[in-house]
Amino acid sequence: MTFAPTLEFCIEDNVKRTIRFGLNGHPVTLDTDDDRMLLWALRTDLALTGTKYGCGEGICGACAVIVGGKSQRSCKTPLKTIEGKEVVTIEGLARNGKLHPLQQAFIDHGAFQCGYCTSGMLLSAVVFLDETPKPSRDAIVTHMEHNLCRCGAHQRIVVAIEAAARQMAGQS
Amino acid sequence: MVFVGFGPLAAFSQDAARLYPEDFNAYLVIGTNGRVTVFSGKIEMGQGVLTSQAQMAAEELGVDLGSIDMVLGDTDRCPWDRGTFGSLTTRMFGPALRAAAAKARVTLMSLAAQTLGVPSEKLSVKDGIVSVVGEPNRSVSYGELSKGAKIAQVVDREAVLRAASEFQVMGGSPTRLDALEKVTGASKYAADIRIPGMLYARILRPPMHGATLSRADTSGAAKLPGVTLVSRGDLVAVLHADPEGAANALALIKADWQTPGAKVDPENIFDHIVTLAAPPKVVAERGDVTASRAKAVRLFEATFRKGYVAHAPIEPHAALAEIKDGKVTIWASTQTPFPTRDRIATVLGLDSKNVRVITPFLGGGFGGKSADAQAVEAARLAQITGKPVQVAWTRNEEFFNDTFDPASVVKLTSGIDKDGQITLWDYSVYSAGERAITPCYDIPNARIRSTGGVAYGPGSTQVNLHPFAIGPWRAPGANMNIFAIESQMDMMAAAAGMDPLAFRLRNVTDARMRRVLQAVADAFGWKAAVSPSKRGFGLACSIDAGTYVATMAEVKVDPANGNVKVIRVVCAQDMGIVVNPEGARMQIEGGITMGLGYTLAEELRFLGGEILDRNFDTYDIPRFSWVPRIETVLIKNDNLAPQGGGEPPITTTGAVIANAVFDATGARMFRLPMTPNRVHHAITSLNAG
Repeated sequence: MTFAPTLEFCIEDNVKRTIRFGLNGHPVTLDTDDDRMLLWALRTDLALTGTKYGCGEGICGACAVIVGGKSQRSCKTPLKTIEGKEVVTIEGLARNGKLHPLQQAFIDHGAFQCGYCTSGMLLSAVVFLDETPKPSRDAIVTHMEHNLCRCGAHQRIVVAIEAAARQMAGQS
Repeated sequence: MVFVGFGPLAAFSQDAARLYPEDFNAYLVIGTNGRVTVFSGKIEMGQGVLTSQAQMAAEELGVDLGSIDMVLGDTDRCPWDRGTFGSLTTRMFGPALRAAAAKARVTLMSLAAQTLGVPSEKLSVKDGIVSVVGEPNRSVSYGELSKGAKIAQVVDREAVLRAASEFQVMGGSPTRLDALEKVTGASKYAADIRIPGMLYARILRPPMHGATLSRADTSGAAKLPGVTLVSRGDLVAVLHADPEGAANALALIKADWQTPGAKVDPENIFDHIVTLAAPPKVVAERGDVTASRAKAVRLFEATFRKGYVAHAPIEPHAALAEIKDGKVTIWASTQTPFPTRDRIATVLGLDSKNVRVITPFLGGGFGGKSADAQAVEAARLAQITGKPVQVAWTRNEEFFNDTFDPASVVKLTSGIDKDGQITLWDYSVYSAGERAITPCYDIPNARIRSTGGVAYGPGSTQVNLHPFAIGPWRAPGANMNIFAIESQMDMMAAAAGMDPLAFRLRNVTDARMRRVLQAVADAFGWKAAVSPSKRGFGLACSIDAGTYVATMAEVKVDPANGNVKVIRVVCAQDMGIVVNPEGARMQIEGGITMGLGYTLAEELRFLGGEILDRNFDTYDIPRFSWVPRIETVLIKNDNLAPQGGGEPPITTTGAVIANAVFDATGARMFRLPMTPNRVHHAITSLNAG
């Protein structure tokens, strides 16, 4: 079996570092190997299981989170790269018990079935609407192309994103 | 006339119905605060049964939907269930659940009558409060009557189910009960369950199915701090308090394998299957197929093929096992909690009553989560290590360990007379099975044969045919059978110079099928024309799980490269009484979208037992850009009890797109998936004449 040099380094080295970052609006400090992927630190050390494992290769989007305002695949995000940054996970999307318009739109339009891809869909869409507040349907499809859903909720996800965009832009 | 096939489903469904308990207390308990806990052995994997079962219980019991708490798939608390598959929840468990809730209501009304001192006929119930008609102040609540306990009272009065015209909760589309938790990340799946002291396991896997382990050098892995090593014959595993720690340890194991030679691949598998399969046995027969062959005005002979297809749920198999004081608790991503319980009991040498399986939400199942391997692995490792153990498959393992939709072949000879009526139908299917095998058309001379296929529930393997495990995939076998049947229908229509819809109507008297065909045509705006009309319009219909489906599609085909773009799909469905219309529509949209995969792209690459597709980079599943505009029509048929919803809509996808491609290009496709290469090749062969 072949063996990545980076892993070998940290296994031999077993170096713990102190990593500080913002998580859903609160400061977090982890003392751990900074080559570990953010996905597993979230799910294991921080007990935040809303971010999901789907493929481990950044292809499916189930693990998508927001780092420094940008959509990132947490399964491919080493902790060393998030030092000093703001991270938002699905658990941080609703504020003070009030759902984000996208979350409400997903509920209103039935934009989920098994719900496993939903965290990644929502967080990808949040960043998208930040960047493109009045998207065309084509733009939504293009942006969401790298989030996979097996249940086939795609049509309703697009409708929900359109609805949330209108709502956030002041129409509804 | 429709053949009545006495296939496995008829016997199976009677059997399943007999196994549900008579005592309504097994299905629900009413707390003193009025909250109703409903118990069901079915699980929620996105198909919406959490909500629809709550609606059924609320309707018959006479309580507000919001007062229902569902407990699903907990083998200690819920009535025994064979498993969640086969589009059977609403069809088979629904009646038992409704009957129990109705019986509970009648019993509670009788108790209320005693308490209030008036006959039952003078009482009515709303939102769990029983009151005297016209005197709302004279009332008693369900909670007061039940006192939070089992209701021992036996009432010798029949409980009549509500008619559709009376529905107050069923028939509507309330917000799904799991909506809030699924959009906030609060919904728990098997790998989200955490217990103090738990270990994450990674298991050494062979490079291909059929390989045997000669030697495993685990010394490197054993040196890592925090690693627990397990080596028991076929089970070599590393465990760690952190998932990446386990992964790092696994990477250090050096293993030597003896690997078998590869005999089959995606191209020669079809001949292999046909040659080695047991001779097909007759499933249904009528008239004289041999004699009518000679009399047919036009004869059509075709062979259809489809490769292996993966389930590929976004949530891989996962399970957490804990053993305490001789009792095993397993949280598992499984469609079959009860069979899983029994299998784990057997493997661990325990009594089933000492094993409890709890089923959180599943991130998709589609028939692929009924072989329970990951739950057995977790249980064995928990027993060996004495610690709680999580086994969560990687995507690599999810592809490797899949119980694939089997590759299959259909050989079909059919004939029509000068009026475009089908006179002959000689059908043999290899390795897909009997689901949807019987055409809905009136055919005087027919012989339908089948060999191989999958069993319902836990996957079956036919080791002489397939190089790896096969199992039930959403509407198992039906996708292939409908692809063959409806493609053949389309071929005959074109040869007869008839519009595809007119040809089908010429050959079916089944009123239910005629109605659903007309409904889809009206919704689509179908205008009659003989194929190929260059419009790219296709039609296909099916009967599956008691539900009638008719689908029309519009495609655009790029002749330069064979790319098929599906523009629009309209699907009309008659499923009897519709418990939750939006839920039914979501299953139609989901089935069509998922179906685009096996139709246009999904085919497993393999070499003997070696699985060559290990992630979504090479195994392409439907993406946002593939999805057409999908419109759904739910036929009103309240005279019929609710029929299947989870699978019927996927069954026409292959055929409707194949027929649309033919209409667009004149090229008939005989093999799924219809990849751009294959479509392009078919078009250029046509032009080459």
